[in-house]
Formats: sequence, C-alpha cells, structure tokens
Amino acid sequence: MSSNSESARDGIIGAVRRSLGRGALGAESEDELEKRLRTPDANTIPARSNVSHAEQVDMFTRYAEGVSATVSRVSRAAEVPAAVSDYLAEHNLPSDVVMAPDEALDAYPWGERPMLGIRRGRAEDADAVSVTGAEFGFAETGTLMMTSGAHHPSTLNFMPDTHVVILPANRIVGAYEEGWQALRERTDADGTFMPRTVNMITGPSRTGDIEQRMQLGAHGPRRLHIVIVDEA
Amino acid sequence: MATSHTFRANSRGALDNAQLQRALGNMHRDFVDSRGRAVGEMPEYDALKADARAMKDHVLANLDFYLERFASACEQSGGHVHWAQDAADARRIILDICKSKGARTVTKSKSMIGEEIAINPYLEQGGLVPIETDLGEYIIQLADEPPSHITAPAIHKSKEDVAELFLEHHGVYGKTRRLTEIGEMCDEAREVMRSKFIAADVGLTGANFIVAETGATAIATNEGNGDLTQILPKTHIVLASIDKVVPTAEDGLTLLRLLARTASGLELTTYNTFSTGPRRDGDADGPEEFHVVLLDNGRSEMMAGPLREMLRCIRCGACLNHCPVYKATGGHAYGWVYPGPMGAVLTPALIGLEKSAPLPNASTFCGRCEAVCPMGIPLPSLMRHWREREFSEHRQSMNARNGLRAWSWLARRPKMYRWAVRFGGRVLRHRAGRAGRLNRIPLASGWTAARDMPSPEGPTFMDQWKKGTRA
Repeated sequence: MSSNSESARDGIIGAVRRSLGRGALGAESEDELEKRLRTPDANTIPARSNVSHAEQVDMFTRYAEGVSATVSRVSRAAEVPAAVSDYLAEHNLPSDVVMAPDEALDAYPWGERPMLGIRRGRAEDADAVSVTGAEFGFAETGTLMMTSGAHHPSTLNFMPDTHVVILPANRIVGAYEEGWQALRERTDADGTFMPRTVNMITGPSRTGDIEQRMQLGAHGPRRLHIVIVDEA
Repeated sequence: MATSHTFRANSRGALDNAQLQRALGNMHRDFVDSRGRAVGEMPEYDALKADARAMKDHVLANLDFYLERFASACEQSGGHVHWAQDAADARRIILDICKSKGARTVTKSKSMIGEEIAINPYLEQGGLVPIETDLGEYIIQLADEPPSHITAPAIHKSKEDVAELFLEHHGVYGKTRRLTEIGEMCDEAREVMRSKFIAADVGLTGANFIVAETGATAIATNEGNGDLTQILPKTHIVLASIDKVVPTAEDGLTLLRLLARTASGLELTTYNTFSTGPRRDGDADGPEEFHVVLLDNGRSEMMAGPLREMLRCIRCGACLNHCPVYKATGGHAYGWVYPGPMGAVLTPALIGLEKSAPLPNASTFCGRCEAVCPMGIPLPSLMRHWREREFSEHRQSMNARNGLRAWSWLARRPKMYRWAVRFGGRVLRHRAGRAGRLNRIPLASGWTAARDMPSPEGPTFMDQWKKGTRA
C-alpha cells in the first residue's frame, strides 16, 4: 500500500469512527466480532428445500427448468457420454467439446463415444460446447455452484454457446449454505483461501435490457444442459 | 453535470415525451407484478428482510472493523486494496492502475459507483477506451446518455431506438442491416462485444457486496458480462463503496435471496460470482492482478445521523418501480445518477442539497417505496429530513415560506382555524357548483393547471368529530 493510500485509509476509518461517536473498538469487542466471523450467524434459510433427497433432486430439476435450463437424468455413470452426445445431436450442435481437466469427469467412459471430439483445458472463443462438473446443485433454486482451479477454468462457464454440466445426484443438496459451509471446511482444513472464483449459476445467460423482453444468451451460454447421474 | 435542481422543468419535458411514457407504462407488468408474485412465493420473505436489516445495521455500527478486516483478508489472498476518500481519488487510482499496465481498452460491467464518480469520461481523457458490456449500459453509452434506472439503464429506449444506434455504430464491424427483432439485436451486441472482452487489458466491475471474512467481492448479473469482464483481462479492478461490506458469505446469501426477488421477480440472478484475489497456481484463466478500490465519497458522513439507514440500500430498484413520481417522469428528470425515492434521499447527501433540493420534494408520500424496500429503509421520513433541512436553511421560495408561515400562524389559533376551514369549504363548494369540481383555485394553480380539484363535501372534519358522526 502506498503512503498516499495509507493516509486515505486513516482518513476514512477516522471519519467513520467520528460519525459513530467512538474511538477504535476495544480488544474485547473485536474478539466478539471475530467470533461472529468464525461461526457465522444462522440467518434465515428458506424451509422449502429441507425435504428428502429424492424430493431435492426433483426440486432442483423443477427450478432449473423454470429458468430455461434443460435437465436429463441417467442412472449409471456409463450412460453419461451417450447422454451428452445425444443432447448435442438432438440440437444440431457440434460434437467437438472442450472439457474441464477435472478428474471426476474421468469416471465416465468417453472413449465409447468416438464421435465426441474432446479437448481438455480452458475455453477459447472458438469453442462452441463446454462440458464441466459442478461442486453442488442447490434444490432451493436449481442453482449450480462451481469453483475455479486447475480442474475447472472459469472460462468454460461463460465463453461457449452451450454449457453441459455433469452432476452426480449426491451433489444435490438443499440450501446454498451447505455448499458454502463445505467450502469453508475444506479451505480451513488445508489452510488455503477461497477459490479465486466461486460461481453460482442459475440457468443460461439472459437479458431483459431491450423493452424488458427476456432473451437468452446475452454474453454467456445460450443453453445450459444438466445431466444428473444417479450412480455416485 | 447534475441537473437535479431543475427537476420541475426536467419532469415537464418527460411528461411531454410520448415514447418515454410508453416505455414507463410497461413497468407495472414487468417489475411490479413479478415482484409481487416472487415475494408471495417466499414464506420467509419478512424473516429474510429482518435478518438483512439487522445484519447491515450491525455492520454499519462496526464499519471500521469490517473494512479493515476485509482489506487484510483481500491482501492476504494476493489482492491490492486502495482507499479513496472521494470521487477524484478513485478516478486517479483507477487510471494509475490502467496506465501502469500499459492498458488501452477497459471493459466494464455495470456499476452505479462508476456512474457516481463519472469514470468513463475520465478514462477517455486519459487516453483509454472504456467499454460498457452490460447490454443496457452499452446502448446508453452508444447514445451518450446517462442511465435512467439503476437496474434497467436503457428502460427509456425502444427497440427502434436501439436498431438506429446499432446501425449508426456497428457499420465499422460490417453490420449494415437495420434490425427489427430484439433477439437479433442481442445477438449482434454479443458478437461485437465478444472480441472486446478478449482484447481488453483491464476489466472494471462494481460489487453488490464484499466479504470481510474472506476478502471476496461479489457481483450479481444475468448476462454473464461481469464474468467475462473479470476473467479474460490480465487485471481486474473492483470498485466498491464502503457500505458494501458484509461479515460472511452467508450474510451475502441473505442479500442475494432478496435482491433479484425485489428487483425483477426472479428467485436469483443468473450469475452470482464471488472473486477472491488473482488467479492461483495451476489456474488456466483469471486475472493476474486483482485490485479493490474502496470509495467513501460522503458515506462516512452519512453515518452520523438518520441518513445512516440509507446505507443499507442494496440498489434493487424496487422503490423506483413502485414510485408514482418515477413512473411519471422516468429517471433522467432526477438529473443525476440515482433516481426515484432512493435517489431523492441519496443525491442531496452526495452532491449537496443546494444542487438537488427539488428531489426530496418530488414525492406524494404515498409510502409504497418504504413498503417494498427489502432493507426496510424509511425513505419517506428521510425525504422529510431533507425537507426540514431545506426549510431551516431557508432554501424554499419566498411564496412557500410565507405560505407555511401563514398556515402555522393560523394553526396555532384553533378557533380561527376552524372558522377559516369552514368558511373556505363553503366558498369552494359554492364555486364548484353542480359540477363538483374546481378548475381554478387562488394560490393553487400548481394543482389546477393540469387537473380539476374535487370540491370539498359535507362539514369539516372537526365538525364531524364533535358530532361523533362520520360522513
């Protein structure tokens, strides 16, 4: 930080304290605030997603479809490559895909579908279709949570016209808080920070900026297709 | 430059603008009805609202702690934090970062603070090309106009206007056909913008909130432009005002559950993105540098009095959408960055009452803004706060002051007051005759110039009260 910025910081913090009519907080008050950060308040969590897992999967599907995502469901991991290539064929989409370099995706027998051209890595402008996993699916609103890292470049979520997500059913949970608590536990355990980017994604890209008429595919994907896999 | 002080003249122009009136006519269907539905579908809406309000009040009471906590967490994760006391500081910091990176183009996702500090003209003067990437912001950038709504910046433009603007500005990309369908316009903007996302040296975003625990900044968007703005360029700059800090990600989730619901009736915006520091080892994309500019610009001063409540605002726009004055005049009449009831409270605090005195008066005090505000901000009483200030600073016209003085003299003499009201009512009734309305009343031409005044009916309130009857 430059000294200029340091004096600006002191100026702002000082002005805030003057307006609050007090000086710096005492150590005791700071400890209490630190405690609130470590053990976040349980804010209200909408009850609707607090149902059986089977119902959560249905709710996830219903909400995702409600915001124009499409969802298909397969029972076995072996069926995933066919589900992806069938979806692409059905919509006349290219069969060349860019896939996240995510070990979890290696569990599916892609080799059995030689028609799928697969490149692993980040997305480039020319990529029309991406295939990724997701950390969680939230039943509450049909929302996907994705974290960036070597296993999942963020460009895959935004650059291609079509984003296909492979989501094991056991990754579907109720409310957002479950995903954030899991992230916190993981980063606490290995002493790292939050991933650079956490994306919560609910349906494909959209805009209502011209005459408030909703259009899909503003700058991100026009299509978001989710394949739910029952077998873990 | 702000034209808030000429609100009366501005609004007269807006009322005469047939196309603007048509556009504003759609607001009820698009925002009011869908918000009502979405709030109805959330049984915990009131509980979420109470949580959000208590959380923000807690943050504001400990703002010094949470700001410093955010800054240290952000720096630990490799980000750079810059403190800006006013708009000039923030502009200079941003331009300096751009220059140090040898930047030429800057992609921008929608930021009201960006409008507040007027960053675009400043970057242009500095030799850079700022590019608005949100479709609505892009349209008004082409038109060289300010936004007219805080969540729907081009709400005043028709699709024909957009087609005209694209025809005028997209020829250089080989696009020479006049478009007629909204879908085609979105596609053309997408295509034009994609190469700009890729070529940009710096991406500038705002923040819906910033997280003290982790040093993350968060944006809520529907188009995906905010994400392409921050993951493709080498440098990501976040511009956030100091009131945006929340303790934890969970506290942010409470705001997200309210934001899209009250803004547009969605459960959640399409993309809610949390960004912490620059790209990590092994990342194949993401910015190499991450900067956060924390802007005060008058907010620390607002903390001292009743205006502190305004700092809970999450910029959902519900108060605009439900305001009869905004719906009649649109946003430009308000003359500066923030329109509607939230603008009527915030603008005097940020640019001074002397430049914006008409705004807190541009209200019918119907109270809908407060009723629909997800953060429970008492907007009407904060507008009243400014009106009282206006009176105590002798800012009203002599007529208004004399009128108020005469009324208060009379009101303190109950007998005379009652007689005057009874007599006045009788005179008005007589003048209204059988029609039951008045088209001219002395001293009230402001009302009767555009509409009739219904004639008073029956005895005065006090007379009815005394009799114990109700008409």
